[in-house]
Amino acid sequence: MPVQLHAKLIKKEQLKPDIFKFSMSAREIVDIAKPGQFIEIRVTEGIDPFLRRPISIYNMDKENGILEIIFRVQGRGTEILSRKKEEDLIDIVGPLGYGTFKLEEYKNIAILGGGIGVFPLYELAKNASKKITVNTYLGFRNKEAVLLEDEFKEVSNKLVITTDDGSYKVHGFAINELKKDLKENKIDAIFACGPLPLLKAAQNLAKETNIPCQISLEEKMGCGLGVCLGCAVEVVTGGYEHVCKQGPVFDSNKVII
Amino acid sequence: MNTEVNFAGIKMKNPVTVASGTFGYGREYSQFFDLSKLGGIITKGTSLKPRDGNKPSRIYETPSGMLNSIGLQNPGVEYFITHDLPWLKTQNVAIIVNACGSTIEDYVELCKILNKTDIDGVELNLSCPNVKAGCLAFGTTYEGVKEVTSKVRKVLDKPLIVKLTPNVTDITLPAKGAEDAGADAVSLINTLLGMSININTRKPYLANNTGGLSGPCVKPVAVRMVYQVSQAVNIPVLGMGGIINGDDAIEFMLAGASAISIGAGNFIDPYTSVNTVKGIEEYMKKHNIENINDIVGKVEMN
Repeated sequence: MPVQLHAKLIKKEQLKPDIFKFSMSAREIVDIAKPGQFIEIRVTEGIDPFLRRPISIYNMDKENGILEIIFRVQGRGTEILSRKKEEDLIDIVGPLGYGTFKLEEYKNIAILGGGIGVFPLYELAKNASKKITVNTYLGFRNKEAVLLEDEFKEVSNKLVITTDDGSYKVHGFAINELKKDLKENKIDAIFACGPLPLLKAAQNLAKETNIPCQISLEEKMGCGLGVCLGCAVEVVTGGYEHVCKQGPVFDSNKVII
Repeated sequence: MNTEVNFAGIKMKNPVTVASGTFGYGREYSQFFDLSKLGGIITKGTSLKPRDGNKPSRIYETPSGMLNSIGLQNPGVEYFITHDLPWLKTQNVAIIVNACGSTIEDYVELCKILNKTDIDGVELNLSCPNVKAGCLAFGTTYEGVKEVTSKVRKVLDKPLIVKLTPNVTDITLPAKGAEDAGADAVSLINTLLGMSININTRKPYLANNTGGLSGPCVKPVAVRMVYQVSQAVNIPVLGMGGIINGDDAIEFMLAGASAISIGAGNFIDPYTSVNTVKGIEEYMKKHNIENINDIVGKVEMN
């Protein structure tokens, strides 16, 4: 059940010129949040920007009640958010989204992330790696864009980093490295988040190989609670479901993206 | 201090309701507060048969507001009656169903069904800007509103509120159409038709190209229209359009609204509606107002 609270910004780090990591004290959310869920932040007390900003949960320190997010400055809302200072209180509603990453009884999973889509995959990898085998494939534009390599290394049995231009590690797309490994390793399920081409490729791969695939989607969002019905995603059975309610994580065979 | 209102025959603890399409059927917000703190709940626009709604993107943020083109996605009236109404009835809050249709027959059939339920009233949606058939086709003229409303009136014994569109030259005309057809009240404003363009792709942000504008940016337009309509008709007005706190609510009531609705304000803070109730009470205390009904229409024009 989501709550609204004013979380204290305990630690703020600038990971890249436009990418920030916030560690916030949000015990009530951390106690109940699951991998794949997100929060909505009101970046101003005023009315402009008007809507909350949906931001995925990057990491949770359950013991200390610490909620961590990483976000890229994409527009005015996230720009205002990036100017918050340590000790500031951040107005959060969360955790949100009923469609979370589900590990089921899988023994070997592949995590596939691209660019800023890698953030919501960390908490999943962290939890999964305590029990099962996690192979992680992360793709970035170039060397400068590579993020969280050490963090993912720690929670993966195998970590492959790719860059589109070959300026760091493997040259090419992360999904191609996953495809190579599929021939040798048994993978029970794929968990993907990233830009649309990556999600579509993951969706196709899942179809071809019959491997279950869970993808985390994004769409312009209003309430975050399943009320305004703004963040619609088309489903194969006809009609729409909603990123904030049935998602953000969907079975890749269920949605039309 | 008395905040009770009898709006068009619907008894409410206070004049604060939540606007159609911004509160679902209540369950989501009941996670945050006891719905009985509100005067009433106006449900998501509900049609005879389920509707899928429009293609995404469906919403886009604008300065101090938002555009939406949801397209009346809803599970249909039968689903509402079996799944949501029994639960809503346990919440101790007035239930008003926003009824929408594509044809006059739809509206009549739907209201016949609703008349047999134990909801408290119907808000007839003649003003959704995001669907092609129905709604706007009837809602923009005196004759159109009068025709649909009078046919619905014949089958509906419950309080009937007609929701008006602001996308007209003179909103008092459809308001009079509702009054002359026997409506118990009018509600306004529905969203203002708007458009936003992505200058990089040269395409409108909304898949439907246009959408309804709501939020605090529309408030002065809404206040003006509430004033005009309340001067033009003798039935009560449910005022809405950008209300996010008690002061906004009071402004609408001074303009002539007997009750108000919180719409897009629900999205920015789940507690906007209950905080508005508190804000109204604070205003009453500060200004020594014993009965909230005493301020309705008490604007003193220059």
